[in-house]
This record gives sequence, C-alpha cells and structure tokens, in this order.
Amino acid sequence: MIEMFVALYGIIYREGLRFIYQRGRFFSALVRPLVWLIVFAAGFRGALGFSIEPPYETYITYEVYIIPGLCGMVQLFNGMQSSLSLVYDREMGSMRLLLTSPMPRWWLLFSKLCGGTIISIIQVYAFLAVAAIFGIHFSAFGYIAILPALMVSGLMLGALGLVLSSTIKQLENFAGVMNFVIFPMFFMSTALYPLWKMAEASPILRYICAYNPFSQAIELIRFALYGEFNGIAFLWVVGAMIIFMAGALWGYNPSKSAGAKR
Amino acid sequence: MSELNQINTSEFRLTVEQLAYSYGQKQALKGISFQIEAGKFCALLGPNGAGKSTLFSLLTRLLIPPQGKINLAGYNLEKNPRKALSKLGVVFQQPTLDLDLTVLQNLKYFASLHGLHGKTARLAIEEALERLNMLERAKEKVRALNGGHRRRMEIARALIHKPQVLLLDEPTVGLDAASRKAITDHVHDLAARDSLTVLWATHLVDEVWSDDRLIILHQGEIIRDGICSDVTGQKTLAATFQTLTQSEAA
Repeated sequence: MIEMFVALYGIIYREGLRFIYQRGRFFSALVRPLVWLIVFAAGFRGALGFSIEPPYETYITYEVYIIPGLCGMVQLFNGMQSSLSLVYDREMGSMRLLLTSPMPRWWLLFSKLCGGTIISIIQVYAFLAVAAIFGIHFSAFGYIAILPALMVSGLMLGALGLVLSSTIKQLENFAGVMNFVIFPMFFMSTALYPLWKMAEASPILRYICAYNPFSQAIELIRFALYGEFNGIAFLWVVGAMIIFMAGALWGYNPSKSAGAKR
Repeated sequence: MSELNQINTSEFRLTVEQLAYSYGQKQALKGISFQIEAGKFCALLGPNGAGKSTLFSLLTRLLIPPQGKINLAGYNLEKNPRKALSKLGVVFQQPTLDLDLTVLQNLKYFASLHGLHGKTARLAIEEALERLNMLERAKEKVRALNGGHRRRMEIARALIHKPQVLLLDEPTVGLDAASRKAITDHVHDLAARDSLTVLWATHLVDEVWSDDRLIILHQGEIIRDGICSDVTGQKTLAATFQTLTQSEAA
C-alpha cells in the first residue's frame, strides 16, 4: 500500500518538474484566460445583460460572471495539454515505462490525473491572483471553498483527456480534438453566457449546454466561489469523471490491443 | 498467497509457453516456447519484423496474449502481474528518458514507480549508477548526455529495483561501435556476476558471443535454439543467420 503512494508521489513530482521546466506552458495557461477577461469581457460588457440568479444576490458585471468559466477554461486546456503530452509520451516511448510498473494500472492512471489536476489548480489560483489585481476579487472563504470544486472538475477534465489520449493514435490527430472537443465543450457551456441567454437563441442549444459536463463543472466552481455547494453540479461532475475514468481504463487495457492492427 | 502463486520452475527465470499473438489477420508470433535459466545471457536474434518487439510487449504486459503462458522469476504474468513485473527490468528500443530532467530525477521517478523511496531509493540509485560509471553525471540533464551514456543510464535505471530478469530490446540501435561494444560487454558481465537472466533482442550478429544462448526468431517462429557455437557449427553466425533467414523466407 505504501508503495502505491510512493508511486503517486513520484508521478506528481515528475509532473511538477515538467511544469516548472516548461515555463511557456504556465504563461500560455495564464495569458489565455486573461485575454478573455481583459479584451473579450470588456467588449461584451455592454452587450450582455444579466438577471439576478443564484449564486448571485445582486447585479454583477460580465467580468465577474465569466471568472468561473475562465477557471474551467484553464482546467479544460490543462486536461487537453496533459492528453497531448500522453500521446507524445506514447509515441516517444516513455508511456511504456509507466505502464510496465508493477503498480495497478488504474492507480498509475489515477496518479497521472492527480498530477495534472494539481498543476491545473496552481494555474487557476495564479489566474485568480491576476484577476484580483484587476479588481475582481472574492471572499477569502470563496478562495478556499473553490479548492475541492477545482479538484473534482480537474479530475473530470483530466479523465476526459485520458480517454482521448487512449483513442488518439497519432500526435497529428490532436488538431481534431481542438475542433471537436475543446471548442464545442467550451462554447456550448455556461462559461461565457448563462443558460437563459442561450435559451433565447435556441432551446436545443440550451439543453446541450445544460447537460454538458463542462457547464456543470463551471457551476460547481461558480457556487463554490460564493461559498455555496451546488449538489446537482457535483453529482454531474463526479458521474462524468467516473464514466471518463472507466473509458480511460478500458482504453489503456492491454488486452484491448489483442488482435488489433498495428 | 505469493508462495502459492510461485511456480516450481526455480531453475528457469523466464519461461514462455506456446505464446501466440496476431495483429488482425497477421500472425506476429506463432506459438513459441522457450526457457532461460538464472545467470544466462540469451540473445534473441531476428531480422526486422521477426516478432521480437511483439514478444517484448507481451513479456512486459503492454499486450496480453490470447494464447500462451509467461512466467517471470516464478510468477505467472497473467495471474500475478504485479509480482512478476516487480522482478523485471526493461530497456526499450525507443528511449524512454525525460530529456528535460536530470539523470537523478529520472531515476528517482523510476524508483518511485517501483515503490522505492527515501534511503532505500537513494542507495539503489547510487549503486546502479556506480555500476555503470555514471555517478558523476547524476546531476546533469539527460539532454546533455550522448547516445551511449543515455543508453547506459537506461540500463542503470532498469537495475534499480534489483530485477531477476532483464529484457533489452535492441539497446544498441543508433550507437557507435565503441559504445555498442561497451554496453554489450557490460550486460554480459552483469549476467555472469549478478546471476541476472538477460534476454537481449538484436539483429546485429556481432553482439552475440559464441557461448551465449541463442534463439533465432523468424516470421514469428523460433527456427533455432541453443548455444551459439552449437547453432553455427563451423560457420560464422552471420553466415548461419543469413542462410537460415533466407532459406526460411524462400
């Protein structure tokens, strides 16, 4: 049992070192949501009006509204970045090293997920710190309450990345993931606009947005930022995480390759 | 429990029975069997596409065979994979090092994957590096090492958890003649000195010594198995290998 935690620590340690050495990754993770916050939100501030709905108790500016969505965006891109690095690791061979460890495979994949999630949480807090400099801040309790929400959403998005990495055979195919997974997931969510706004445009789109696990992750983060717990969103996110994790385990099952074409 | 799972094949550290594997319609391995004793260096010689890499993927459980059995250090790989894999060291054909990390960081990561930590890990890493004369390079980034040193480091890494069986899949590919010889000599020495069972896959005949155990794999089948000098007789290994693989192909 101790050995399993040693492996968990080792995998997180390696992810941490890689993150430290890849400074460009950190800055791009920070710049991406800041561009949305400073440029996009400024442009749309007047165009998008908001009604008061939970967890908000008063009118809020658009910049405040999109903060949870941008936190989710950081985690979504981090999950996909981890997925990309897994595909790279597999092509380069270092994935073999991980998978030939005597630890249970599910634990190795879970450890990978934990490593990626911790990195994404550091990025989110760095983003929130910069947002605070720009005058968007929350209560101290909100910053603490967001931590478990970020852990669950990070694990869910990381697990999605794992599933994708198990199905993508070549690095070149990763562009398709951007077009068919990241962008639809982000734009068809409550990251940039609330559900009622979407319903005005199209009821079908509203339902897609509502059932998008990424929307639920954002709502979990949004409520947590105000010290509230959104139970339904939590169940959605945990459910999606279990499904994605099961998919990843299936994808990385060595017997699945039996009889497969090389 | 572990004792119950231990099979009575104490003299054989690696046992493969009727192992078969296909990629779709293409049969990569056609029910091969062999056994290797403790402290033996066994060269697995075969041309490209013979099935060597498939065999290594099966031995390391990256693939699961639909047919056949593998025992590593007495443990059945299918029934007791964790025990079996803990006795196995692997050097893959493709480098599996993190180039941006130092030698020590790479080794620490590997040690943790085998549950080694603290003083135990530190001592095991030092011992493995010392054995391959790499101790003074421990704090260098892997990117700064040449091909030969990277390979040496991968061998050192594969020995950290003190495995009983060491698999090397074409470990000298891309190295110059001097590095190739140094690594080949060293692994021969490891087998004799540390009673390590070595399976060394290659397509280069000069890496095989006359008293080595030799398995020639061709088109998914073992076409020769014995001591190298017995297999070759009066001919050179290069000539024997060429004759065998050409005639079998024809």
